[in-house]
Amino acid sequence: MVPAEIREEILDILSDISPDEDLSGLVDEKPFREQLELDSMDFLDIVMELRKRYRVQIPEEDYGKLASMGSTVEYLTPRLAEVARR
Amino acid sequence: MSQLMMQFPPRSYPDQSAAARIVITGIGLTSPVAHSLAEFRAALLAGRSGVRKYEIRYVGETLAGVCEFDNLRYQTKKDLRRGTRAGSIGIYCAHEAIRDAGLDWQSVKKHTVGVYLGVTEHGNVETENEIYLIKGYNYDTSVWSHHHNPRTVANNPAGEVALNLGVTGPHYTLGAACAAGNAGLIQGAQMLRLGDCDLAITGGVSESIHTFGIFASFKSQGALATHADPTKASRPFDKQRNGIVVAEGGCVFLLERLPDALRRGARIYGEIVGYAMNTDATDFVLPNAERQAECVQIALGRAGLRPEQIDIVSTHATGTDSGDIQECAALRRVFVDAPNTCFNNTKSFIGHAMGAAGALELAGNLPAFDDDTCHATINVDDLDPDCELPGLVLNQPKTIRKPTYILNNSFGMLGINSVVIIKRFAVPPQGAPGT
Repeated sequence: MVPAEIREEILDILSDISPDEDLSGLVDEKPFREQLELDSMDFLDIVMELRKRYRVQIPEEDYGKLASMGSTVEYLTPRLAEVARR
Repeated sequence: MSQLMMQFPPRSYPDQSAAARIVITGIGLTSPVAHSLAEFRAALLAGRSGVRKYEIRYVGETLAGVCEFDNLRYQTKKDLRRGTRAGSIGIYCAHEAIRDAGLDWQSVKKHTVGVYLGVTEHGNVETENEIYLIKGYNYDTSVWSHHHNPRTVANNPAGEVALNLGVTGPHYTLGAACAAGNAGLIQGAQMLRLGDCDLAITGGVSESIHTFGIFASFKSQGALATHADPTKASRPFDKQRNGIVVAEGGCVFLLERLPDALRRGARIYGEIVGYAMNTDATDFVLPNAERQAECVQIALGRAGLRPEQIDIVSTHATGTDSGDIQECAALRRVFVDAPNTCFNNTKSFIGHAMGAAGALELAGNLPAFDDDTCHATINVDDLDPDCELPGLVLNQPKTIRKPTYILNNSFGMLGINSVVIIKRFAVPPQGAPGT
């Protein structure tokens, strides 16, 4: 997957996790938590969904790298480079 | 005095003060036929069944009572995703009960509220879902949801209600098999009497139709109802009955101490004047008529009533061969000299709502205080002689003269029995105790 596809995938996951929120104005550089009502359980949902969809294992010490859309895409790009979008 | 009355003589509650008198001031419900008390009563008087065809994983096509309440009225989509169906049912019913009670919820001190909800079981739905999910990942438990524990802790349905409403008083569920609806109500009344809370959100909920296990287990037990016409499948007391129709549902009663209710000018549906719970101690599933009769007698004794004073008995009967016969035997024993007492059954309309059954069945009967009518038990085409009771109201509602007392039976597996007696409430004259 290329970065644009990864971004779409994260948006899809977020739309499941936060079905009441409008994601169209999401700013990639700002932390998710400043823009969406996400708690730690929601955050774990992102990790879990990536594990389910792409078998990507994200170690706990790397959770901080999923703080914003920009950092998430940057972190996942090398890990999902060889993976085709579902 | 009957032998049973001698064995279980009247024994009143220790506290007879006005503050120990507990009344119902709000009702919220969802059932397979209605999502408010007025609609529910109308369906019961019209003889309308809520049972339909239903598909569930592994079991395939079966029958069930399904609730289609507006689950986004009091929750967001995210709430629904995170929580459980039982929690959602509880939240809907609790909000409806508070609204019905005319309470200004914003001004209620939330630490004075207690939430006590009966459940037959909890967590089977969520556990089955997770196992189904990890099966698709070759049983890799690393995809097992982190939501599983908060969804399946036994207090979940009551906890979700407390969370949603901001209640900071006590909350917990009462695991009481199919006696749970009454058990929740009894617990709420007791906690008000003890002063543990000033408002009690009580009753019962069930999400059991979303677990295949309950259907499969009843089927293996030979106790799952089948019928070509779903609306005829739940038929307690009929010779052709062949088991239980599983239903989901919820019913919440808002309870208050009488002086509090009078002070705020609340409408009072009725007063809880008697209750009892006891145990068969004889079998995992087979009921015991003797213990059931004792439970009814204990409740009557605590209310200071004779059997013939009861106007309506809401039976527990589920449509199983043995269960219906045993309950009728118990009732014949207690109500031997009560020719005017009427008996009816709500499961014939909606199926067996498990943890919600007792509460829903009581709620559906309470409007009898206003409309002077005992709703029927439907689908009795050929009455089983072993289920004959003199006052059984069959297929058509019966007009009765100003009913004063309703007695509600609710029994469950492992021999748990519960009985609640509600009295019509008459506004006391000014200056009377409790005003």
